[in-house]
Amino acid sequence: MRAINAMLSTMGAGAVSLVAATVAFAQDKQVGPEPGGWFFQEAATPVMTDLIWVHNMVQIIITAIVIFVVVLMGYICIRFRESKNPVPSKTSHNTLIEIIWTVVPVILLVIIAIPSMNLLYKQDRLPETEMTVKVVGNTWNWLYSYPDYENVEEWVSSPLDKTQAETVGQPYLLATDAPLVVPVGTKVKVLVTSVNNMHSWAMPSFGVKMDAVPGIINETWFEVYEEGTYYGQCSEICGINHYYMPIEVKVVSKAEFARFIAAGGEPADKFAALNIDDANGGAAIIAANE
Amino acid sequence: MVAIHGEDIPVAHDHDEKPAFFERWFYSTNHKDIGTLYLIFGMFSGLIGGFLSFMMRMELASPGIDIFTNEHTYLVFVTMHGLIMIFFMVMPALIGGFGNWFIPIMIGAPDMAFPRMNNLSFWLLPVALICLMVSFFVPGAAEGNGFGGAWVMYPPLSTTGSPGPAFDFIIIGLLAAGFSSIFGAINFITTILNMRAPGMTMHKMPLFAWSVLVTAFLLLLALPVLAAALFMLLTDRIEGGTAFFDPARGGDPQMFQHLFWFFGHPEVYIMILPAFGIVSHIISTFSKKPIFGYLGMAYAMVSIGVVGFVVWAHHMYTIGMDVNVKAYFVLATLVIAVPTGVKVFSWLATMWGGSIRFSVPMLWALGFIFLFVIGGVTGVVLANAGVDTYLHDTYYVVAHFHYVLSMGAVFGIFAGWYYWFGKMFGFHYSGFLARLHFWLFFVGVNVIFFPQHFLGLNAMPRRYIDYPEEFAMWNEISSYGAWITLASVAVFFIMLTEAFLKRNKRRVGNNYWGEGATTLEWTISSPPPYHQFSVLPRIDGGDEGHDH
Repeated sequence: MRAINAMLSTMGAGAVSLVAATVAFAQDKQVGPEPGGWFFQEAATPVMTDLIWVHNMVQIIITAIVIFVVVLMGYICIRFRESKNPVPSKTSHNTLIEIIWTVVPVILLVIIAIPSMNLLYKQDRLPETEMTVKVVGNTWNWLYSYPDYENVEEWVSSPLDKTQAETVGQPYLLATDAPLVVPVGTKVKVLVTSVNNMHSWAMPSFGVKMDAVPGIINETWFEVYEEGTYYGQCSEICGINHYYMPIEVKVVSKAEFARFIAAGGEPADKFAALNIDDANGGAAIIAANE
Repeated sequence: MVAIHGEDIPVAHDHDEKPAFFERWFYSTNHKDIGTLYLIFGMFSGLIGGFLSFMMRMELASPGIDIFTNEHTYLVFVTMHGLIMIFFMVMPALIGGFGNWFIPIMIGAPDMAFPRMNNLSFWLLPVALICLMVSFFVPGAAEGNGFGGAWVMYPPLSTTGSPGPAFDFIIIGLLAAGFSSIFGAINFITTILNMRAPGMTMHKMPLFAWSVLVTAFLLLLALPVLAAALFMLLTDRIEGGTAFFDPARGGDPQMFQHLFWFFGHPEVYIMILPAFGIVSHIISTFSKKPIFGYLGMAYAMVSIGVVGFVVWAHHMYTIGMDVNVKAYFVLATLVIAVPTGVKVFSWLATMWGGSIRFSVPMLWALGFIFLFVIGGVTGVVLANAGVDTYLHDTYYVVAHFHYVLSMGAVFGIFAGWYYWFGKMFGFHYSGFLARLHFWLFFVGVNVIFFPQHFLGLNAMPRRYIDYPEEFAMWNEISSYGAWITLASVAVFFIMLTEAFLKRNKRRVGNNYWGEGATTLEWTISSPPPYHQFSVLPRIDGGDEGHDH
């Protein structure tokens, strides 16, 4: 694979940009990690909106606790330093204060637990879903299919190498050659399994992360607010290319999705022209150049 | 904490004969010598583990694969860093090192209950470490030498995914280390339950002894489960062998995760509880006050130990458990925050009203409290399964557990090291170098790990050798912290060298910390005689461990 990558880059940018010109993509909304970001990715589903809300509530409580402890510690260190307070007290008990610092954390935990449970059940209990996608983890790519639409064959979603990603204007280590395509505003059930090592299908902006375990089919769901391209990464160590099996989901309008299904899944495979699976990627690019 | 009849404590003096070098250090059955061996061993392993993490940080300093030539080798480094730091640095230093050195002295016993088993416990560890070192250099997966399946060793990556002998060496090494810990745990439990000096009831026992007692029970109950899981992995790996975790033949790969974390979660308390004990003594000593709420402190540790056994699946929220099971583990995990809070507030209350001296051990203890609180509250975030769905296996988790381990447990180790250094070796270190070590280390680890919260919130996954450009900034900053930490390690060894060179000029007395230090080790010489307490000390007063 390395050899092919090297070959691709030496073939020159001209070859690649020619192909790029023929395929229009990546002009839509793209959601993934923010450059230098220090907070959550944009929420793309109701579950993720709730998730951020619960996190922020907990974050406020824990920030208050940390500030309280630090300020108290600083105050004690200044007020009871040796030079200021040469004679120590001998107090080693105060039942009231011991009860307070046991009960107050319990109350805080109850305050945290209630919305946390709401989020957990909303995330985990599948609503009436309108369609199903099947995700299979493989070393090291993802296989996607629609159990509801048998005319669309299962396809392999492989990462774009650096040159390819630059060509199509998508981020390296996040972009794939053939994303999962789903309709916007639709409750989608996701079945996740694996054919070899464990993987984890993680789509941060959806609030979804589900392990792909061989022999077990896990299920989760999402309903995306807006059309666009969303990125995730494999999140369970699966071997040497663990870092190199990104997840890309293309969310399209319901009409476009219907066309895509009717056409057997081909038109949305926006990288078909690149034909960049490992076996014949180099040859296809060369052919395009000629 | 307890009134001790100082005059009544006869100690053996110079007449005790030390064996010759080889016999003393290789056949050793003396708890103090074995403790020293453990500490040296922990330091040595810490250097190896630290080197591995430094290389990882250098690789991650910028996007692209710059330092490693093989992605598999990076994963081997990740794996070995975790295993070495846990089994060969933190545990030997805290339990084997300080536990061996000070548990018998603190409870007024002449030695451990089973000195020869103590010797066996120690010498199993170098054997185990050699097994792990060998595994670096023998084939692991098709892609290269060593085992790259992370310290969690999940099958099928650790069975069919790593066919080479590298992982077999790790299994053998961990089994040896596990038996070492089980023998050590038996020894501590027997010693603490049966060999306390006359008058030292359980409720007068120093908190460090309580912490090691709870830790020993956790070891005794958790490690056999790990041993069983490792044996099952071993037989699963044999061609045509068992299929405990092979779904194609009726096994269940998730079952391994349950077994692993049934051990793995108590393991994190095994690493932090002895540090709790050490920090309690230091806070009390340098505030010149008895521990606030002694019984609450002791039973907080007991309840952390008990509840710690029933929260393991919070490490596995994304494997596809039933939602009600997840809900249980969320609530059980949140409960642990209560006894942990009791500990933190009791430390602060111990300082309240005290006469606080900011000696070197106290700096480390205060650093411990600060960093452990930060690591603890991010644990409350991660306990919520809903939120953890986003944060699981991201750098947020890496930041969280390094705040409680790399900063919690390790600050506890250094606190104990600087607290008991004079007691163990009979001379003092340079306060300036020790403070420099503290401040460099404190700044360094914070610069490394605080930005990793941001990386995790931005959803950077763990165990990645390369990452998208978007994560570059915080990774670069994090890697600068590795350089600061490296400098602090250099200062540590300069401090050690300087102290040993000037050992004759800095002799210390029995109780060089003064009136705040009340436990039994401060009643005997520094270093203690080769055999202490040939006549047992007698402890009275101090009803239930506190003065009225």
